[in-house]
Formats: sequence, C-alpha cells, structure tokens
Amino acid sequence: MLQLQHITKVFNAGKASQVAAVQDLTLRLEPKSFTVLVGANGSGKSTLLNLIAGSIYPDRGSVLLQGREIQRMPDYRRSRWIGRVFQNPLMGTSASLSILDNFRMAALRRSTKWIKLGTGSAFRSQVAQKVATLGMGLENKLTQPMGTLSGGQRQALTLLMTVMADLDVLLLDEPSAALDPRSAREVMEIANRLIAEDHLTALLVTHNISEAIRYGNRLIQMENGKVIRDYDEPAKRKLDHTAVVSWFDYY
Amino acid sequence: MDFYLAAVIQALCFGPLVIGLFLSMKIFNIPDITTDGSYTLGAVITAVGLSNGYPPLLTLLLAMVGGALAGCCTALIHTWLRIHALLAGILVMTALYSVNLVLMGRSNMPLLDYPDVFNGLGLFDNTDDNTLSVLLLFVIALLLGMGYLLRSDFGIALRATGDSEPMIRAQGVNTTRMKVYGLALSNALVAWSGGLMAQFQGFADINMGIGIVISGLGAVIIGDTLINFLKLRAMLPMLVCVIAGVILFQSMLALALSAGINPNLLKLATALLVLTIVALPRVGGVLQLAKR
Repeated sequence: MLQLQHITKVFNAGKASQVAAVQDLTLRLEPKSFTVLVGANGSGKSTLLNLIAGSIYPDRGSVLLQGREIQRMPDYRRSRWIGRVFQNPLMGTSASLSILDNFRMAALRRSTKWIKLGTGSAFRSQVAQKVATLGMGLENKLTQPMGTLSGGQRQALTLLMTVMADLDVLLLDEPSAALDPRSAREVMEIANRLIAEDHLTALLVTHNISEAIRYGNRLIQMENGKVIRDYDEPAKRKLDHTAVVSWFDYY
Repeated sequence: MDFYLAAVIQALCFGPLVIGLFLSMKIFNIPDITTDGSYTLGAVITAVGLSNGYPPLLTLLLAMVGGALAGCCTALIHTWLRIHALLAGILVMTALYSVNLVLMGRSNMPLLDYPDVFNGLGLFDNTDDNTLSVLLLFVIALLLGMGYLLRSDFGIALRATGDSEPMIRAQGVNTTRMKVYGLALSNALVAWSGGLMAQFQGFADINMGIGIVISGLGAVIIGDTLINFLKLRAMLPMLVCVIAGVILFQSMLALALSAGINPNLLKLATALLVLTIVALPRVGGVLQLAKR
C-alpha cells in the first residue's frame, strides 16, 4: 500500500515565481487498486507523480510504501518497487539500445548489473514470448534499435518492460498523450490488461476524460495542489463524460 | 623505419585513447577534455615507473590506475558539484599539468636507456616487427575486452546512461555512479595510450598531451562515419571501425607530412583535417539543399 501523508511541495520558495504545487496532500492507494487522477494544467498531478517516483522530494510530509518511509529515497532506488511509464514515449526506452538490451535492463531492475552476458538465447525467447503478446510483430525484431520504432510501439514496450520485474506500484504519466488516437487506445488497453493480469496497484494521470471514465476503479481530481474530488468504484460508475467535463468548467 | 609503418604503429598506440574517447564522447555524450591531461599523466607515470626500475608492463597498469583516478575527479566534479562536464574536464586537465610536473620533476624525461614492452616478446629480430606485434596483441585484447564489457549487463547500463538517463534510472541504475565508472574507464584507456607512446617514442614530455583530444576526436569521427555507412549495430565491429578510424587519420597525417608539409604546421594540419572530416557531411547536406 502507498500512503502520502500531509505532503507539501513548493517550487521557487521565497521568490516572486513561488508556486505551491502540492499543498498538505494526504492520499492512500489501496493494494490492487487502479486510481485515475485528473486535473487542469498546473493542478499538481505531475508533481505528485514525481514525488511518488522520487524525481523530487517533498518539503514536508511523508511517503510510505508498505509502511516504510521513502520520501528521501532517490528515484533509482525506489524503482525497485515503483514502476513508471512516462508521457514521452522516447523517455521510457533507450533509442540506441536494441529492444532486447532494453528488456535486459528492465528484467534486472531489482538487481545489480554485473559484467556478464545476459542476453543469450534463453533470455531472448523469454522476451520474444512477452513481446508477442502485444500482437505488434516485434518479437522478430528484438535486435533492432528501439529508436527505429514508432511512439506507440515504444510506449507499448515500455509498459511491458515496466511490469517485467515485480512491482508494488505502477505510475502511468499520461502514457497515451503523445500518441495518435489508435495507438493511444492500444496502449491504454495493454496497460489495463497488464494491471488486471498482474493485480497491480496503479495510478494513471490523464487529461483524456474518456480514459478517466473507462479505466480504473477510483477517480480523483486535483486542483491547486489538493485533492478536491474522490470517487470510489460505485460512484465512479455513475459518472459520464459530461459530468466529468463539467468539473473543468471554471469560467 | 618506413614512414607509413611508423604511422600505423603510432595509430595503434592511440588505439586505447580513441576507444576511451569513443566511450566518453559517443556513448556517454560527455566532451571530456581531461584526455589531454590524463594522456600525459599516463606517459609520466610510465616514465617515473621505468626510471625506478619497474617492469614496463606494470608501469602501463599503474598509468591506467592514474588515468582512472583523473577520470573519477572529472566525473565527481561534474556529478556532485553539478559543474558542466566540459568545465570539469578543463579544471582537471589544468590541475594535471602541475601534477605531471611534480611527478616527473622536470618537463622531459628520456627513456631510451630503459626496457620497453615492445621487445618483451622478442618474436622477431626486427624492432619494428616486435613493436607492431605487441601493439596488435594489445589492440586485439582491448577490442575483445571492451566488446565483451559493452555487451554485458554492466555495459548495457553504461550505454543507456549516455542515451536516456530517465529510462535507466527507472531501471534501478545510479547514473551518477555510472558516469564515474565510465569516465574512469575512458581515462584509464587514454593513460594507457600515453604510457605506450612514451615507451614507443623513448621519452615523456609535459606537453605531449596538448591537442591530443582533437586528434582522437578526428579518429572517432572517421570511425563513426564508417559505423553509420556500414549500418553496424554490434559493439565489437563498431570498436573495430574506431580503430580503423585512427589508422586512417594517422595515415592522412603521414601523407600530409610526406607531401612536404612543414612539421611546425602539423597541429594546424591536424585541426584542418578534423574540421574537414566534421564539415564534409554538412557541406554535402547544404549542396543537396541548394540543388532543390
């Protein structure tokens, strides 16, 4: 279980450009829950995700994972338990490495990378099997550099890489925002399937209202660094597109 | 000695240096100017070691340790103090000038009276053949070693650090530590070249590293052009191309010298050669645009 307790994060403190991105926020993600987070630009969604992933540290408050305080732990150490899919498909994979090498790093996320060869035939067939489940025909192109693939293909592979090693929490930072509608739908369906199959605790940040309604069993809205709406599964089921859009009608 | 054979031998002495530069500049995307200082440091440590009666091979190993420490300094200044890698390299390179002077105690040390690694095997009667065979062995060992390292799990993490830091941090890799390892390795290789060159030339000089990064860069760019032309993806053939790049580069310089260029203008010729290699693809692109 992931808990955020009274988290506050202020950028440019003491300067004219001071922004309180997250203010005294308390949030609890239950195990195996799939929470969707929406909010206008600047509402603090991405900051919240960065605080959980460890890219930035909070000014106040604590982040607890399975009861253990991790708010001062660097991102690369948190990645043993917290997986993240970035908005930009180019950030989640290494363009110059082959698909196989990218997967090798993902498979070793929780272990030390020693000076030994690990991309032999056994590993290759294991990756080929996993990649084949995407139905994109990439299982025969494992030695191809990741940079030669489309954004949608890279994002789908990133998802698969992220869940390759055991995870406690999966963070999805607008994973379909940079993709065309068809690829976006495919990537979100893959994400949804992987979350259900692996019984993952997931947090999806999205601007796409249809996605917010279709996926997940909890919906929360942030504004000015605070959670202002929180709908559990029964309440979320009653929401429709118009209702959620109306949350953003400020003017 | 045959003019072109000397160029090839010199190119092979530069082998570890260009592989080190390929690592820092192409794989890590860090313009590491420490090279100028760590190359001389390698030569100085070798010279001091030989003058103290150390075996030639051991002096090369000590030179690599020295180079690795210099690389660590640059990486730590860059990562801990968040100073741009270029400035960090310049700072360490400048500091190394004094370190080298203090270590050697003078600006130049002749080594002709001491043994060297090249005659250690004694396979041939001819000194040039012995030198060439030992250097070829070194370069083959270098290529196989680095080829294996860069294909290993550690090597993949090293390559990913230079390519996509967010991705590899998300895979549990401490990129700060990786940069320290990478620059230490790169400068250890550079210092190895410095030591080899000192033993081949028969002296170590405080100024022998000036502009060496430019010569190395020229070779790396030729190697990179070959890699792109041949559409290579595997690490070992890529490294072979970099070695081919340094041999081509040194041969071009030898050609310029044999054409009667004033040796005082050698550095100018080197700079112009590198400029030509860098600019050619761009000039080609501009000409293609102009045709449209």
